[in-house]
Amino acid sequence: MTAVRSLGEPILSMDSISLSFGGVKALTDISLHVRKHEILAIIGPNGAGKSSLLNVINGVYHPSSGSVTYKGATRSQMRPHEAASQGIARTFQNIALFKGMTVLDNIMTGRTLKMHAGFFWQCIYVGKARDEEIRHRRKVEEIIDFLQIESIRKTPVGRLPYGLQKRVELGRALAAEPELLLLDEPMAGMNIEEKEDMSRFILDINDEFGTTIVLIEHDMGVVMDLSDRVVVLDYGRKIGDGTPDEIRGNQEVIDAYLGVAH
Amino acid sequence: MFYREAGQFKTSYAADQAVFPIAQDRIFIGIWLLIGFVAIPLLSNEYLFRAIFIPFLIMALAALGLNLLVGYCGQVSLGTGAFMAVGAYAAYNFWIRIPGLNPLIAFALAGGVATVVGILFGIPSLRIKGFYLAVATLAAQFFIDWVFSRIGWFTNYTPSGSIAVPPVSVFGFEFDTPLRKYFLCLTILVLFAVIAKNLVRGRIGRSWMATRDMDVAAEIIGIRPMYAKLSAFAVSSFFIGVAGALWGFIHLGSWEPLAFDVNRSFSILFMVIIGGLGSILGAFLGAAFITVLPLILNQMPQWLGIQLSTAMISHIEFMIFGALIVFFLAVEPQGLARLWRIAKEKLRLWPFPY
Ligand SMILES: Nc1ncnc2c1ncn2[C@@H]1O[C@H](COP(=O)(O)OP(=O)(O)O)[C@@H](O)[C@H]1O
Ligand SMILES: [Mg+2]
Repeated sequence: MTAVRSLGEPILSMDSISLSFGGVKALTDISLHVRKHEILAIIGPNGAGKSSLLNVINGVYHPSSGSVTYKGATRSQMRPHEAASQGIARTFQNIALFKGMTVLDNIMTGRTLKMHAGFFWQCIYVGKARDEEIRHRRKVEEIIDFLQIESIRKTPVGRLPYGLQKRVELGRALAAEPELLLLDEPMAGMNIEEKEDMSRFILDINDEFGTTIVLIEHDMGVVMDLSDRVVVLDYGRKIGDGTPDEIRGNQEVIDAYLGVAH
Repeated sequence: MFYREAGQFKTSYAADQAVFPIAQDRIFIGIWLLIGFVAIPLLSNEYLFRAIFIPFLIMALAALGLNLLVGYCGQVSLGTGAFMAVGAYAAYNFWIRIPGLNPLIAFALAGGVATVVGILFGIPSLRIKGFYLAVATLAAQFFIDWVFSRIGWFTNYTPSGSIAVPPVSVFGFEFDTPLRKYFLCLTILVLFAVIAKNLVRGRIGRSWMATRDMDVAAEIIGIRPMYAKLSAFAVSSFFIGVAGALWGFIHLGSWEPLAFDVNRSFSILFMVIIGGLGSILGAFLGAAFITVLPLILNQMPQWLGIQLSTAMISHIEFMIFGALIVFFLAVEPQGLARLWRIAKEKLRLWPFPY
């Protein structure tokens, strides 16, 4: 399937990004490109800096040096809500849903930036505010259908099992209709069936909506199946970057990661 | 009657987005409106209006406001009394300084002043959370207490520092009897409750709850924590400010700074906790509970034919509140409202729980 889609020019480029916490160097001199419409997998042992890399992309962490170019604009740092308004959405390694809210409300929050009814209209909930709620609700219902979570839409997410929570979190990110979707270990802790479902969702999102996806994943089978390209991190450095086949044959990568029992 | 969703198929998202999508809930609200607007006025006497219903309505308004902040947005505040004081003194100053001003407009303006003060004292919430924020709002409480008792301008230099206002009159209609005061407070409360409900089921309410549940994730979605927190402080303070103005003008008629001291802050926070954090219904239940409990405790010894000193009764009151607070905080943070919801869920399935 990878051959069918044509990949565009870079939507995101990182240039010599370094990031450290106190003495710990989380990222050292990382440069990479993410091309439009591709699925890029980031792999590497625990603590390699994968999550930190995503956090730099959407502005949670500010790199100590280097720059990020996204959709043509170069910045040394970005604030998270700026990233959101620029079309970057993400999920977290440790689920970061709004526990006290229902599935529906969680996904509705993903539409926040697209809603504009003023405070007064929201107070009286007629006219603009109500129309807007209904319009966005319709969109959210499409996502709910897509992720096949119709039956739990009114359930508070805190009560859902882990696998479903991951799915809801994906739904919340999708609700923003992102151009760039960052997924931090979307399949961690899932059984095979759940992983298959999640893989299918990821491929469909990429295929149907043309969304560019950067995903962190440990399961090499999944990585090889899903991704157009793989970047390998080890101790905060980039040690590999290429197609799944190239990565499979890269000796340094094999030593650092694939060779180690995982 | 059964509490059921069955047979009530929602054919559009509009219907499902309605305030109370389940018919029985609408009936429930309708019944309470009937009780509030018809039954109580017909059956109640002046004493009950003064001692229970009017204070209940105003406290419910304040609890509603505080619940938006604490329950929905997750920002603790121990400054409710102070924000009520701001409302009361602001209304007083508008009223004496602008001759002929419609009192209802004075109340609204007072709410506006409380909003501004609330936003100001909400600014620390952008940096600090939980315990530290509670301490900061407590400092606001003491500061505002001090301002109203020490700066004569606010009390129009009355020698005793206490303020007295005549009955409120709107377009020549005097709100001088308890019944009329009751209707005024009830109408305002219903109006504000509708606004609160509308806000919490829309975008702004979701942004409050998101900030409460996980502020980092909220920001990544594009919710600005600053906007969410300060708007919660603003709306909450508006409600509380209006409640303060009503408490002064309608319930008390004359008051001193002590009427809005830190005990007031605590008692309203207790209402919110006991009633249920993050629930509109909870604000009502909590306010009812805390308004009525002292009266029942006062009567109880008589009914039981035992002698208890007033001091003893107030000690018992404190002990009961203390125990309940601990219970609700530790076991059931969603308070009485949650117990009500559980009852409803049971009812929905009854008589076949599986
Ligand atoms: N907020 C933080 N504070 C301090 N150290 C951090 C923080 N986030 C990540 N690190 C450190 O940066 C390194 C990379 O972590 P991370 O990006 O989470 O790795 P990965 O996702 O690849 O497992 C680790 O050594 C981790 O301890
Ligand atoms: Mg990680």
